[in-house]
Parts: sequence; C-alpha cells; structure tokens
Amino acid sequence: MSSFLEIRGLSARLAGTGQRLLRSVDISLPAGSVRGLVGESGAGKSMIGKAVLGVLPKAVEIIEGEILLDGQDLQKVSPGERRRLIGAKAALIPQDPLTALNPSRRIGPQITDRLVDILGWTKARAAARALEVLAEVSIPEPERIMRLYPHELSGGMRQRILIASAFAAEPKLIVADEPTTALDVTVQKQILKLISELQARHGTALLFVTHDLGVVSKVCDTLSVLYAGKVVEDTTVERFFAAPQHAYSSALLAATPRHTDPSSSLKPVPREVTDAVAAEVAVDDTTWRPNGGVRG
Amino acid sequence: MADNIFEVADLRVDVADMTRKPLFGSAPRLEILKGISFTIPRGAVLGIVGGSGSGKTTLGRTLVRLAEPSGGRMLFDGQDIAHLSDAAMQPLRPRIQMIFQDPLSSLNPRLTVGRTVAAPLNARTNDPRIGQALEHVGLPADFARRYPHELSGGQRQRVGIARAIAMRPEFILADEIVSGLDVSSQAQVLMLLETLVAELGLTLAFISHDLSVIRRLCSRVIVLRAGEIVEDAATEDLFERPQHAYTRELLDAIPTPDPSVRW
Amino acid sequence: MLDGRGSIRRRAGARLWLSALWLALFVLAALLAPWISPHDPLAQDLMLGRLPPAWMAGAEPGYWLGTDSLGRDVLSRIIHGARIALIVALIAGTATCLLGSTLGLVAGFYRGWADRLISRLVDIWMAFPPVLFAILLIAVLGTGLTSVILAIVIIDWTRFCRVVRAETLNQSKMDYVHSAKVAGFTRLRTLVAEILPNVLPTIIALLTLEMGIAVIVEAILSFVNLSISTDQPTWGGMIAEGRTSIHQAWWVLVFPLIALFFTVLAFAQFGDGLRERFDPVLR
Repeated sequence: MSSFLEIRGLSARLAGTGQRLLRSVDISLPAGSVRGLVGESGAGKSMIGKAVLGVLPKAVEIIEGEILLDGQDLQKVSPGERRRLIGAKAALIPQDPLTALNPSRRIGPQITDRLVDILGWTKARAAARALEVLAEVSIPEPERIMRLYPHELSGGMRQRILIASAFAAEPKLIVADEPTTALDVTVQKQILKLISELQARHGTALLFVTHDLGVVSKVCDTLSVLYAGKVVEDTTVERFFAAPQHAYSSALLAATPRHTDPSSSLKPVPREVTDAVAAEVAVDDTTWRPNGGVRG
Repeated sequence: MADNIFEVADLRVDVADMTRKPLFGSAPRLEILKGISFTIPRGAVLGIVGGSGSGKTTLGRTLVRLAEPSGGRMLFDGQDIAHLSDAAMQPLRPRIQMIFQDPLSSLNPRLTVGRTVAAPLNARTNDPRIGQALEHVGLPADFARRYPHELSGGQRQRVGIARAIAMRPEFILADEIVSGLDVSSQAQVLMLLETLVAELGLTLAFISHDLSVIRRLCSRVIVLRAGEIVEDAATEDLFERPQHAYTRELLDAIPTPDPSVRW
Repeated sequence: MLDGRGSIRRRAGARLWLSALWLALFVLAALLAPWISPHDPLAQDLMLGRLPPAWMAGAEPGYWLGTDSLGRDVLSRIIHGARIALIVALIAGTATCLLGSTLGLVAGFYRGWADRLISRLVDIWMAFPPVLFAILLIAVLGTGLTSVILAIVIIDWTRFCRVVRAETLNQSKMDYVHSAKVAGFTRLRTLVAEILPNVLPTIIALLTLEMGIAVIVEAILSFVNLSISTDQPTWGGMIAEGRTSIHQAWWVLVFPLIALFFTVLAFAQFGDGLRERFDPVLR
C-alpha cells in the first residue's frame, strides 16, 4: 500500500547543544487513515507534526532522513516550493483555540486568506467555501459568525472554526496537535467526533498528536509510541490495547486512569521500565534527559 | 472538635461583570456560586468535579478564603470563616492549606525550594523540618538548594505538596493538581497524596475536571454545573448509579482507553 | 527551550565585563581626580589656548586631549567632570529609584485608593515637558548640585513608578502570591519577601538606566547654564563651551561627548548584563 505520508529515518537535533530530538523515526500514513503519535512531554511527538508541516523552530535541524508527502521529498525542494506544496496538501488543527486565532481580525478572513493566498482562489470562491465548511462543522448562522471576532465565541466554537479552517482547502493530510487538551471532556467528545466524521467523509489522512491514550483508542487506526524521540512501538490500535508489545507502552497504558475500574488507575510507570527504555533508546548518547512530566 | 471540618450552607459568590459595566455606575453582579450547601466530614476525601465555568475553582478559592463569599455560611471546625478579615484569618491559616494547579506559577521563581518550604514555618533553610518535608514527598533533601525552574513538573508539584504538609494542616485543598502532568507523574502524585492523607489524617478536597482520576482517591464527590451542585454522592454510587443527566454526560464523555468501548 | 540561549549568554558576558571595565575607570577617575589629572582643571593660560590633541600637529606635550579656548587642559577637566557625573548618577539615580519603586510597589500591590492616587499623580506628572519642568524647578530652587539632584528625582520618579507598578500587578496575579496568603503571610511580608525579589531584576535594570539618564540630565542642565557653578568642570558645561568653538577646536566638544556617551551606554549595558548573569531564573 502506498502511503500519502512517509517518514523514513528522520533524525533531528537542537542546533546549539546537539541534543537529539528525533531518532531515526519511521512513520507511514496511508491516505484516509488516522495515526496517533503518543508519548510523554519531550518525547518529540509534536516535533514530528511540525517537521511534516515544515514549521520546525529555527534551532532544530534535521540531520538525516526524508519526509515524503504524496511521493515528494520535502527535504529536496526549495523552501518556497515546500511551503506551496505543504500549503496545498496539508493543514494543521492547533492545540490552543484561544491563541490560534488572531484576536483583532474577524473570523471570515482568517479562514479565506489561506485559500486566496496559497491556493490562488478568488475571494468569492473562498468565501463560499468558508460558508460551506462552517456549516459542515455544525456552526449555526455561518454568515454571521464570519463577521465576528474570536473573543465573541466560546472555546469549543473556536476549535470548530479551526477545524473548518483546516478542512477548507480539502487537504489530503491534517496534523492535529493535541486539539482537545484545552477543552472540557464533554466538548472534547463532540470535537473528536467531529474530526473523525470529517476525516472519514473526506478521506483525509490524519496525524493525531496526543498524550491521552483514551483519545487514541477513540480516534486512531494505528499509533506510534514515542520515547525520547524514538518510536518504541508501531502498531494498530486493536493490537495495542489488547496487548502492547513494548514494556514502556504497557506501563504507559497501565498509568492511564480508567474510571470504570475502581481499583486501578494509580500505577506510575515503574523506574525499571523508564531506565530500560532510556538505555535502549539513548544508549549512544547522554544528551537526552526526560523533562519529567510537564506537558506542552 | 466538630465532626465536620467544613459545613457550607447556601454559599454565594458573585463578581462584578466588567463586560457589562455601564459608563457610569457600578457593574452588574455575576453569580458564580448560586447558594450551594455541603459538608466535608473530618478525614474525608471530597472530589469536586465540573466543567469550565462550573465554579469549582471559585469554590476552592473561597474555601481557603482567597476569595470572600457574598452570602451564606462557611463553618470551619464550627467557626464561621465566611467573612473573617485577613487578620482574623491569620491564626487559622496554618490549618487550611492549598496545593495549586500550576506548580510553576505557585512557586516563587526566585526563591529556592528550601526557602519556599521554610517561609511559612518561619524556619531557616537548614531547619531539619524542611528536609523531612521534602523526603516525605519523595524528593531528596538536597533539592532544597534548587530553583523551581530546575525541576520537572512532577517534582514541582511535590514541592507544592511538601510546602502544604510542612505546616501540619488539618485540611488541604488540591486544585486540579495533576491536570498539567503526564500520566506517569500524574499517577505518582496521586499515589503520594493518597498515602499522605492516610498517614497524616488529613481531610482533602480534590478539585478536578477529570472524573477518571477521582474514582480511586475520593470517598465522596460533588458535581458542579453553572454554580450549582447537581449531584452529591458517595463515589461508588456516583460512578455506578449516576442520578443526574449531567453526571451521566460527564461519565460518557471520558475517553476510556479501550477501543471496544465505542462512543 | 529551543532558543539559542547559550550563544546569547556568551555575548552577555562580554557586554557585562566591558561595561564594568568602563564604569570602573569612570569611578576611579572620579575618586582619584586630584591625583591623576595632569593639570589643574581650572588653570587658564591664554598662551596655551586651543591646543590640539597630542597626536596632531602643533600639540604641546603633556596636553593629551588638547586645551580649550582659555587654555584649560581637556583631559583634566574630563577627569574632574567625572566627579559631578558620578555623584549625580549615584545619588540622583538611587533616590529616584527608591521613591519611584516604593510608590510603584505600593500602588501595584495594595491597589485601591493608594493606587488611584499614585497613578493619577503619575499621569499629571508625565503631562509636563520634562526639560521645561527641570528648568522651572532649578529657577525656583536655585542652581547648585543639590538642586540638580532634586530636580532629577522630582522629574524621573514616574519612570520607576509606572514600570514597577505594572510588574507588581503582574506578579500579584501569580499563584505564589496566593500561596503566600494561604500560608498566612502578612500583606507586607508578601510584598517584601515574595514579590520584591521578582520585581528586583526590573528595578535594577531601570536603576542602571536611570544612572545614565541622570548624567545626561545634568549635562543638559549644564548646557543651558542651570547646573553647577562654572568653576566646577562638568561634562555638560564642557560640551556647552565647546559648541562655540566647534570649527576651530572640535576636541573641546568631542572628548567630553565621548566620555558621556560611553558612560551612559555602560550603565545601561551593565544593568542588562547583571540581570542576565545573576538572575536565577535566566541563568
């Protein structure tokens, strides 16, 4: 099966200190499927999403490996060409709906600008498309909403708008970076259902970055478990939740609270497991230190 | 000593709604808590659950008197503390402690861990109680010399706990203390809290938006929505037989890590 | 986390040491002026008027930076001028800082009527054009060193007050302040032991900046002949005098200007350097 997104042996490091951020990451994502990138903070899951969208911070340099988007190696094209390519084929659903929209501009242009600037659509066509996607994410009165400013909308509404904006250009790949972390559980459920629904309807490939294995089990087909920038397990959701193969994966799963089981839920990842996986992953260098639990 | 460490009756909190303030005159009041009543028995672990805007954080801040209620009674160990002045609260402060959500902003960035823990005790940084408090929460005593930004999130949250328990309080309010942590640190902090509650005979109120972390820790749960208690039940009952539709909605929305459980 | 903080810090080191070196020279010159200056800064000798600096044709040995139209040695006058500059920088800078920061801390932390009063006062104060305000003040107070220092304090406290108040407001919203309240700290103790250490880096940066500004203000006042009496050499006075003979003897104007420029720059750089070097949060 040919994949829409294919990452091969991707390694990256911090330019100043040489700290390794990604270690020979392989990920393949067929068109129309959903892959979860899971791991604790500092594991590099967001970094992969950023690399795919070509928005890595300046201080991060890719040492080796290739990122093939629809068969084209992003490392081998000019920066301008890369931007155009990514703009046409991929989009982002960001983490924080509060800061992802410009507070001093109306909603409408924030959706249509990208269509006009990157895809070269006419303004009328972009506006029509914006209305269409806003309706698709169940936003009532889209014409009115497009004239509002972000602060006039709730967090859940704003996240819907960001989703609409991501799907507006009919991208073949969407990177969702912790898209529901800032939301209430009830809103999270609606948003996740909405993303799944749109993804299935449009046959979009989805790279879903999250720390929450519960969310993965609801949204994803396959997942990659990351530790210190290395994929320690690459498997399907069914297999993972039935029997994770890597000791670190099973410890992570055991640490995830389950409200249905009164006796479980408080099982930290044992020290032996983190020591073992650290030794396995970082045996060649000592530059990686787990940043020990702060998310984001 | 009263049997109930807290008895809260018809508690109301409102704030000025500055978005609707007219040009002249005072802003209209916005009710955050609309007359809620509950009790916390001594030694209990009470879960306080709700979505954003439910008033759970305001409730917590009012219990520890960082905010003053606009109405109702709030008995701490039989004494109404609802409207006590700062000075009158002072002698009660060591008995009522709080652990904050964001351990980075709740630790003074320019004080070492040792000074942060020592300050409320009016102790010097070489006081043995500081090392003890740190070891009690599973941190090496020499962490006293470090600054908060040199610690991981889980470690910072432990410092917050050490600071609270060093004063030997009777009651601790924990406000969303694990919501910013990775699952493994989350589990460690929860386990630590569980042990401390048992060891020190604490009464704990645990505020969370996440019902899944509450089940193991809490004996009783109140569910808040829009400033009102919609359900107040023993933990077991709440999870097995939720009475209110909102509670059921909250429970249904939790993504159980199990692909066979569909939404 | 992903900024190249390592490289920034190296540059901050050089900045700190260079500015410290200049300030050390400045302080030494001021303290040791009578012993190290080659000539009496007031001694006039019309025979030696407008001598160029030592490396130019027609220079007289011993007059390294030349002489002014009255034949006074420029280098000696710069060295003696450093005394006034240092006194003004230290005393006016510190006094301004103490007054402004205290009011800023009180306004930002206690809020209420104290804040309203102080903030309105700042607004009113800032509506006066500062130089005119200073000239007016000196006219009332009379010329002299004390008047200059007083004028600087009275005009510039608002600079500290505004910034410190804003920073205190920000810090007051942090949970560590609430945490101090829960721990049973008094308001005053919270302000001094918890908030002040976090506002201090800002205050220190402002203080060093203010020391530079104080030197400039003194120079401006000298320039309009409202500072210290003319028998006391000051940089501003020298610049003012040098202006009249800029075409015949540029060195009379340029050298005190260079001294002024580097001193003001060094104060500002020193403040930033100190902050980056010793602030535990940035370190």
